Amino acid sequence: MSTVVVVDYGMGNLRSVAKAIEHVAPEAAVRVSSDAAEIAAADRVVVPGQGAMPDCMRELAGRGLREAVVRAAAEKPFLGICVGLQMLFGHAEEGDVMGLEILPGRVPRFPEAAMKSADGSRLKVPHMGWNRVHQAEAHPLWQGIADDTRFYFVHSYYVEPRDPGLIAGSTHYGIPFTSAVARDNIFAVQFHPEKSAQAGLHLLGNFMRWNP
Amino acid sequence: MLAKRIIPCLDVNAGRVVKGVNFVALRDAGDPVEIAKRYDDQGADEITFLDITASSDDRDIILHIVEACAEQVFIPLTVGGGVRKVEDVRRLLNAGADKVSMNTAAVQNPQLVADASARVGSQCIVVAIDAKQTSPGKWEVFTHGGRKNAGIDAIAWAREVERLGAGEILLTSMDRDGTKAGFDLALTRAIADAVGIPVIASGGVGNLQHLADGVTDGRADAVLAASIFHYGEYTVRQAKEYMRDRGIEVRL
Repeated sequence: MSTVVVVDYGMGNLRSVAKAIEHVAPEAAVRVSSDAAEIAAADRVVVPGQGAMPDCMRELAGRGLREAVVRAAAEKPFLGICVGLQMLFGHAEEGDVMGLEILPGRVPRFPEAAMKSADGSRLKVPHMGWNRVHQAEAHPLWQGIADDTRFYFVHSYYVEPRDPGLIAGSTHYGIPFTSAVARDNIFAVQFHPEKSAQAGLHLLGNFMRWNP
Repeated sequence: MLAKRIIPCLDVNAGRVVKGVNFVALRDAGDPVEIAKRYDDQGADEITFLDITASSDDRDIILHIVEACAEQVFIPLTVGGGVRKVEDVRRLLNAGADKVSMNTAAVQNPQLVADASARVGSQCIVVAIDAKQTSPGKWEVFTHGGRKNAGIDAIAWAREVERLGAGEILLTSMDRDGTKAGFDLALTRAIADAVGIPVIASGGVGNLQHLADGVTDGRADAVLAASIFHYGEYTVRQAKEYMRDRGIEVRL
């Protein structure tokens, strides 16, 4: 039986992520865990994340999970969600902290000046709701999901990869920004697949079948 | 482009969905998880549960409802009603809620908004504002389900909760709630223009044109309705198609 660990470092709604994976992969053993050994033993790892980046980095380190997450991102199917995407990168404007620096790039905030829609009205931050994800490349995790499908977002910061080759999906909100990245065994998304109805469940199902 | 959201709201009393008309007469409309799932199937963008359970003995029932909902409904769930402490917020989020809405407690203790937002992140904190017009162009905040005038200007309060760390405002017109006469569009627009966080318009929806007006004239980021969906007058999908046909970006 395939085991997947949803990494619990005290931030966010992990239950929803675990339940969504159970829903699409009833045969898998889904564990919510803050045990480094369990993360190391899992076949697949999901790192969700909600809340402020500095808190997330502090909790991850405080629970002794930093190393386990870095190792998982190096060697097994790895799905990052929201802050779980942002922490893969370097400098985060939120709290002026460094991420895990697994992928090159930074995490800025939506620039106030660009937050205008076509009709001149103010775009609200957080970027909250359903927006389109343009698939920058074919990827097993996009399989069966139409290009420009809407997913559910809630965030005020976004990733800016230094290497455009990392970009797997992009979204427009005042500015175009990277909403999904992929490299080898890593796939990470800014939106919440566990809250994105059928499209999100489909992506999670693809992740559970993915053998990079 | 970001879609405007349509959010069915379920008033839940001791585990069953009801809908208050002007918060007084209640009619039973069924099982919350079943109804939430139906709305998910219809294409609802989020679900809101408002727990109106009066008895403190029955307070934990909502946690079980949220848990059951999180196992079957994979769209965002907001839960409000009876939230008084950061611990209440945490318990609801741990049960599977994505956002927690607070109203009276935020007015009585604004620090709760700041503390909860610092603890769980502003994206999880919704402040519900019940507003009533007191003179032309002026609205005041009401608490305790609309019974008590808090004596606070609604626009100033909206700005204040944004500053305290709210991630979203759920704005209900107490003049319109239950009337089916449409949103108070002047109020909605005044609040939506006053803050940089998303505003959900609520109170008074009687037909699909009202929903569209909330977005176009009221400039709301999302619209919330209960009875027009509960009694099968319209499906969420019909509402979205109607809005799309009027040039509003929706998820279909």
